[in-house]
Amino acid sequence: MSDNNSNPNSRRDFLKIGSLIGIGAVAAGAAGYAGFAAQDGKEGHAGEAETALSDSEKKIKVLTEDGQLAEIKASELSPVQKDEYTSALQEQGREGIPGKHWVMVIDLARCRNVRACMASCQNAHHLREEQHHINVLRMQDAEHTEPYFMPKPCFHCDNPPCTKVCPVDATFKRQDGIVLIDNERCIGCRFCIAACPYSARVFNWFEPKNEEEDQDLLYNVELNVPQKKGTISKCLFSADRLREGKLPYCVSACPNGVYYFGDLNEDAVTNGTSGETTRFSELIRKNAGYTLLPELGTKPNVYYLPPKNRMFPFEFNGKTTLEDEHHG
Amino acid sequence: MSESLSKEQAKKLVDKYAEDAIRPMKNHKGFLPWMGFLGLVMVVFGYAYYIQLTEGLGVTAMRDYVSWGLYISNFVFFVAVSLVGMVVSAVLGLAGQKWVKPITRVSEIIALGFVMVAGLVIITDMGRPDRFLNLFMYGRLQSPIVWDVTVITTYVAISTLLFILPLIPDLAFIKKKMKDMPVWQYQLYNILSLGWIGTPEQYKILHKSIRMLSIIIIPVAMAIHTVTSWLFASTLRIGWDTTIFGPYFVAGAFVAGTAAVIIVMYILRSNYKLQDYFTDYHFDMMGKLLVLVSLLYAYFNINEFLVPAYKMKTGEAVHLHTLFQGVYAGLFWVVQIIGMGLPIFFMIFKHWRKPNNLTFIAVIVLIGAFLKRYIIVVPTLLHPHLPIQNVPEEFHHYFPTWIEMAVTAGAFAMSLTIITILLKIFPVIPMWELAEEKGITEEFEKYD
Repeated sequence: MSDNNSNPNSRRDFLKIGSLIGIGAVAAGAAGYAGFAAQDGKEGHAGEAETALSDSEKKIKVLTEDGQLAEIKASELSPVQKDEYTSALQEQGREGIPGKHWVMVIDLARCRNVRACMASCQNAHHLREEQHHINVLRMQDAEHTEPYFMPKPCFHCDNPPCTKVCPVDATFKRQDGIVLIDNERCIGCRFCIAACPYSARVFNWFEPKNEEEDQDLLYNVELNVPQKKGTISKCLFSADRLREGKLPYCVSACPNGVYYFGDLNEDAVTNGTSGETTRFSELIRKNAGYTLLPELGTKPNVYYLPPKNRMFPFEFNGKTTLEDEHHG
Repeated sequence: MSESLSKEQAKKLVDKYAEDAIRPMKNHKGFLPWMGFLGLVMVVFGYAYYIQLTEGLGVTAMRDYVSWGLYISNFVFFVAVSLVGMVVSAVLGLAGQKWVKPITRVSEIIALGFVMVAGLVIITDMGRPDRFLNLFMYGRLQSPIVWDVTVITTYVAISTLLFILPLIPDLAFIKKKMKDMPVWQYQLYNILSLGWIGTPEQYKILHKSIRMLSIIIIPVAMAIHTVTSWLFASTLRIGWDTTIFGPYFVAGAFVAGTAAVIIVMYILRSNYKLQDYFTDYHFDMMGKLLVLVSLLYAYFNINEFLVPAYKMKTGEAVHLHTLFQGVYAGLFWVVQIIGMGLPIFFMIFKHWRKPNNLTFIAVIVLIGAFLKRYIIVVPTLLHPHLPIQNVPEEFHHYFPTWIEMAVTAGAFAMSLTIITILLKIFPVIPMWELAEEKGITEEFEKYD
């Protein structure tokens, strides 16, 4: 216990790993120690210890890796090394969540450029102001068509050009469809930036924003925090939130119901604002949903509903038309 | 060649070869200042690269959209120049072009100098050079970068062999001839000459090995630049997403490499009185070669720009407008007209293939070739499929910072250092090959 108090980082690390093996809730009180490191065999002597209540003899409840609740002498707990946490996180991060095929639907008719999605995303991933995992673009399809706002995350393509070119498998596609980045392996060649036709990737050209505060944080590949200088970052579909059964940061932050998120295998998507769940196939069919630049063959997992029957008129910087901006 | 020389004439000729081959290896008043200059450039490079390492790649002008810049175009250029070793010693050699004999060693030296540094140049572009070994620990065969690492390493190995093997008889000769050299140099020659005593049997093996390597190096050399072009062509970017990039890059490499050889030939000729080896005839022939490869390159350029310009697809149109009349128009037309069109035109005339004139043209062509790589890399990145928005103004442009320029200068200094040192240690005149051509191999081997 005393060890724990003197080292707040280990508690933070511990909490991060909590969701990994489900020990969070039970063992949080004991804190600082990972329960699955408990040695077997000593548990049988539980009764003897009841009389002596010195700190070292105190019993604590822990949850083992396979979900068994167990008791152990506090003195016999040994902390799991940071490296082991990291590799456990890496392992589950690379594997993904079995049986899922995540999909996002963005309703362009409802977007009015509030950018709550961008803010919550940058906040969650400790991004600098100019780094966007999700970026709300001002689009106009042809000269005489109406401009509209288009939030653009990573499309987590089923035929991802970025993972193909990575020379070290630092960016990879996992079984639930999410394309992740391992910034502890990335060599910073930026081939993936060149390969991505949607400009979805950003690079840490300098020290990341929270470089000092984050330096003791355990690296979570599903959150890509802490960010690291000289490596890539990008939208992760909030893989860390999905593991907790929650919706992505951007999806829940939107006040206007722009985002739906869900599982293609269940054919169900949930609106992040209203919380309503609808059939994905029906939503796409009824509203003529589409994917961006389908001719490139990337097979995106983000679908758009066209900006018809708009809830808000287009307005940006007080103008209702799109200025002649840099088209790239 | 066929009329046999008298004993005396033969001895005189070998004498002359020896003298001319050894002269560039002797001290030269320009040598130390030159090396000092290169050293200074490399010190500046070291300082600039140190800043880049500590502060991050952000000290360059590259940002999330133009995420490859001068460094990558340097890399392409270095690989391109190194291709010339293959053209001269393998393609022309195998085609029975006897006149290239005196030029083979120069071109191999240039090839080595540039391809070795190409590997370093790519490291200067890495965000995490400390993780370089990941390429070997986690290398994935799907990635063109891994192909590039593989073929470039192979090319370095074969080029080295193709440089060292034809040196054997000459080194054995110099070992006997040069009396005043330091011990390490003698030892080096002793080891590299592999106990050469010049028997017909040894000559037979040597010829066979050189021939074999000359054949092997052709596909490998084609591969290094084709794979390098695939770093771009394998993406979905407008301007890179084209099937012509492999041959287009290889043709461009022939141009850059031939120009580089002409320049080094000229420097050797005027500094070390080697007019008898790099004759006007050689410059004339190299000029013709440069016209030939430039025409080939021009042909690919026409295909690369004219066909999309005819169709003007949405994305291509934006890209081509930038090149033809936009921000990059100045650079583009200078490179295409002054760097390629006019040189072809002038070199058609014999007068412009004389050493001085041709070297002047070669310098322009080489600079053009360097800028061409920049034009291939940068403008495409400024025009992604989706608009660049909600980022600082600097993300919309790219112009290299002094750090990038210093690192670039450093890379050139490294190449030139390698070339200078190789020229200092090894005879640039392939004596035994010339002797063989004159039918005086016996005199060459018996010489003392």
